Amino acid sequence: MFRYLPVTDEDRKEMMDEIGIRSIDELFNDIPETLRQKEALKIGNPMSEVELNRKIDELGGKNRSNLTCFRGAGAYDHYIPAAVDHLISRSEFYTAYTPYQPEISQGTLQSIFEYQTMIARLTGMFTSNASMYDGATATAEAAMMATVDTKRKEIVVSKSVNPETRRVLDTYCRFRDINVVEVELDEGVTSAEDLKSKISDKTAGVIVQSPNFFGIIEELDDIREAITDKKTKYIVYTDLIALGILKTPGESGADIVVGDAQSFGCGLAYGGPYLGFMATTKKLIRKMPGRIVGESIDQDGKRCYVLTLQAREQHIRRYKATSNICSNHALNALGATIHMSLLGKKGLEEMATQCFHKANYAMKRIVETGKYKLKYNRPFFREFAVEGISSFDLVDEKLMDAGILGGYHLGADYSDLENTSLICVTEKRSRSEIDELAKRMGEI
Amino acid sequence: MKEYNKLIFEISKRGRKGYSLPELEVETTPVDLLIPNNLIKTREVELPEVSENDVVRHYTRLSNRNFGLDTGFYPLGSCTMKYNPKINEAVARNPQMINLHPHQREDSVQGALEMMYDTGRYLAEISGMDEVCLQPAAGSHGEMTGLMMIKAYHEKNGDFKRKNIIVPDSAHGTNPSTAQVVGFDIIEVKSTPGGDVDIEALKEHLNENLAGLMLTNPSTLGLFESNIEEIAELIHGAGGLLYYDGANMNAIMGKARPGDMGFDVMHFNLHKTFTTPHGGGGPGAGPIGFKSRLSEYQPVPVIGKTEDRYTLDYERGDSIGKVRSFYGNYGVILRAYAYILTMGGRGLTKASETAVLNANYMMAKLKPHYPIAVDRVCKHEFILREPEHESVTTLDIAKRLLDFGYHPPTVYFPLIIKGAMMIEPTETESKETMDDFIEAMIAIKGEMETEPHVILSAPQNALIKRVDEAKAARDIVVTHAG
Repeated sequence: MFRYLPVTDEDRKEMMDEIGIRSIDELFNDIPETLRQKEALKIGNPMSEVELNRKIDELGGKNRSNLTCFRGAGAYDHYIPAAVDHLISRSEFYTAYTPYQPEISQGTLQSIFEYQTMIARLTGMFTSNASMYDGATATAEAAMMATVDTKRKEIVVSKSVNPETRRVLDTYCRFRDINVVEVELDEGVTSAEDLKSKISDKTAGVIVQSPNFFGIIEELDDIREAITDKKTKYIVYTDLIALGILKTPGESGADIVVGDAQSFGCGLAYGGPYLGFMATTKKLIRKMPGRIVGESIDQDGKRCYVLTLQAREQHIRRYKATSNICSNHALNALGATIHMSLLGKKGLEEMATQCFHKANYAMKRIVETGKYKLKYNRPFFREFAVEGISSFDLVDEKLMDAGILGGYHLGADYSDLENTSLICVTEKRSRSEIDELAKRMGEI
Repeated sequence: MKEYNKLIFEISKRGRKGYSLPELEVETTPVDLLIPNNLIKTREVELPEVSENDVVRHYTRLSNRNFGLDTGFYPLGSCTMKYNPKINEAVARNPQMINLHPHQREDSVQGALEMMYDTGRYLAEISGMDEVCLQPAAGSHGEMTGLMMIKAYHEKNGDFKRKNIIVPDSAHGTNPSTAQVVGFDIIEVKSTPGGDVDIEALKEHLNENLAGLMLTNPSTLGLFESNIEEIAELIHGAGGLLYYDGANMNAIMGKARPGDMGFDVMHFNLHKTFTTPHGGGGPGAGPIGFKSRLSEYQPVPVIGKTEDRYTLDYERGDSIGKVRSFYGNYGVILRAYAYILTMGGRGLTKASETAVLNANYMMAKLKPHYPIAVDRVCKHEFILREPEHESVTTLDIAKRLLDFGYHPPTVYFPLIIKGAMMIEPTETESKETMDDFIEAMIAIKGEMETEPHVILSAPQNALIKRVDEAKAARDIVVTHAG
């Protein structure tokens, strides 16, 4: 007997009698003889919980998981209140399917409605969808939305957008014959001049990130102004925590706002699952991919929530749908909603402000060592680039020896940024941890 | 229990807080001296102000308004709502496994890479594929990745004309929509009344424009496609490739393998076959398996093994590129890994055998009461047609099942069966649970004759009555205004 399989031998016999068969094999007689698997699966013997835990501990011992994290570049080590995991562990939430039956899914539906509200408010947009896989795929989907809406085949994207995101964008676009044009950098931000020269009446959408990959806050208003064609969609990739300090992309005229809400409730989790979000204007809502929850009433007039505007989606429109997304990251969206509720108005602002001050403090301390210089002298949020005199790998290794996960190597993505580290400082880092980082970096 | 119908925003009160942050400790320069004013926010962030207890109670109450697999029987066809083991959840929270930054150096994440490498090997063994890529975040994302590889393969061979993807009319909606987003043209072929691919109809499309075929086997009717070898031969003969939609893998583990059937590339739904939770709509994971001739096109990075070290290989000239950030839904993969090890090869085979037994048992018991769509041995699921009745529809029956405490089957899918009710019990349900559900179905059948109004006005026992969906689509209230 396996503990997940409650049918007993006696049950089995009764059930086979009911069906009118003598052996289980008869149920597989419709599989052609040539295809029937003769050999047992080579996966080993079943493991008990004790054995499995031992195996996992053994694997865990091969990882370095206890590092003091100064690395970001798309995945951030933020404070997650204990209540978040506690609540998303309620199995009424996590063992439910997509809420197709609203009468028994109000918990999921209402939480998505709250999530949409929070994302819309933070980004300054009309609404969001129920979630996407991650920031990179949300960006690619936004680009698809822009091309479908404008019937154009060109996307302009700044080189200050996360390289990982741009790679995903490239893949999605290539298969739809959409041309991707990259905009050069000017001292760590999108070059205004190059941007203007690359936007034309063929441009479906312009994608910028702020705070950008280097942590620098872009001039979103100026970029909006550079987009003179009314049809071109302005797509802004943003960070929700930064919006505790910064003006909303909506106020800067964004048509679509995307990003990764990994900072809210996902943890580092070696890259996933994270939480892509996408928000847009009222005008574009019918072009938005994914699930959307709307408010309605039941037959008794009670307020309730239901999946809406489903005619956009793959299960209704099939090959006419603009996106094929089906399962998304609903549970991560729930975690983010809980996280945002706990932080609230003040908490988000305080968290953002702490990141900002601690990052600025760290920058000063690192530059003071005399071994590094600040690469770009521009306002940054939580990450900044410093160029060192010694090789990145050497610095990285020394820091690892001290139990510190240092900055991200920008040279991996930008050939002119060899030995330049992108350092990330969140509210979790203490003054002494920052001092220790600076000290260790200075010793090399 | 007292009725609760508040939004988190409606319990907010100025001055409450639900967080704690460490001391700032460092010297500060005012934000507005470092950031130009035009970039700084103009108004307060409009999030609720609530205490921790407020938040915990609010979401606990919301959870009470939800029906999960742990609440009760969930025979939602095509979705494989099987029990989500708790040890998987514990394993996925092991700090040494989960507290890892995705940009850590390879040598500091060897345990994580080993786990993923082994999961890939196990999935390859189960499916008969040569290799596995774990990256896709969901089933439809796996479909997209697989079809991109098919396209890249044809283009590498100079076959730029191969633009047609054949999809049966019984397919999941994601199949045609995925083919479209990858830039293919879709050719829909009819199924036979028995639910198989119509071979003659298929033959009309075997030409130099053929890129491939997408197929679920067992089909969405829960039936094994017995002509699969002939289909594979025809498609390959015409220069096309075969894509396997792994949504129905739960029927065949240890019994038959897509790789042996002639499929070239496929996806797995870890959130179906491999017990990772559905989360109310994700996150799932949709790894893909493929034959070695497609290997060079797989997304980067590829997890490799050299001597005793695991690596992330980005140097792949003909790769389709990246399809998402990082390496996959790692936390989900870890749960599936725990499940595979828990069951072992024997257990997985037993799981599929039992899933098929359960479905056939329920079908046999319901057959005297409801019309069966296709009356032959089914695999892990089967389909009832809408019973003839002057007013009661499939939707009404589904809503009435809520009153009996069940999640209804998948309804109105596949599209080729009128008023379909697709029932998938899975292997993790007891005979008693199935018998109770069958009794409920029979009782509803009785009510259709004696008191149809009870069915038509269902649900009565759920927290809310039927929802005005037209109003939601008309008014478009998608955020809270207060």
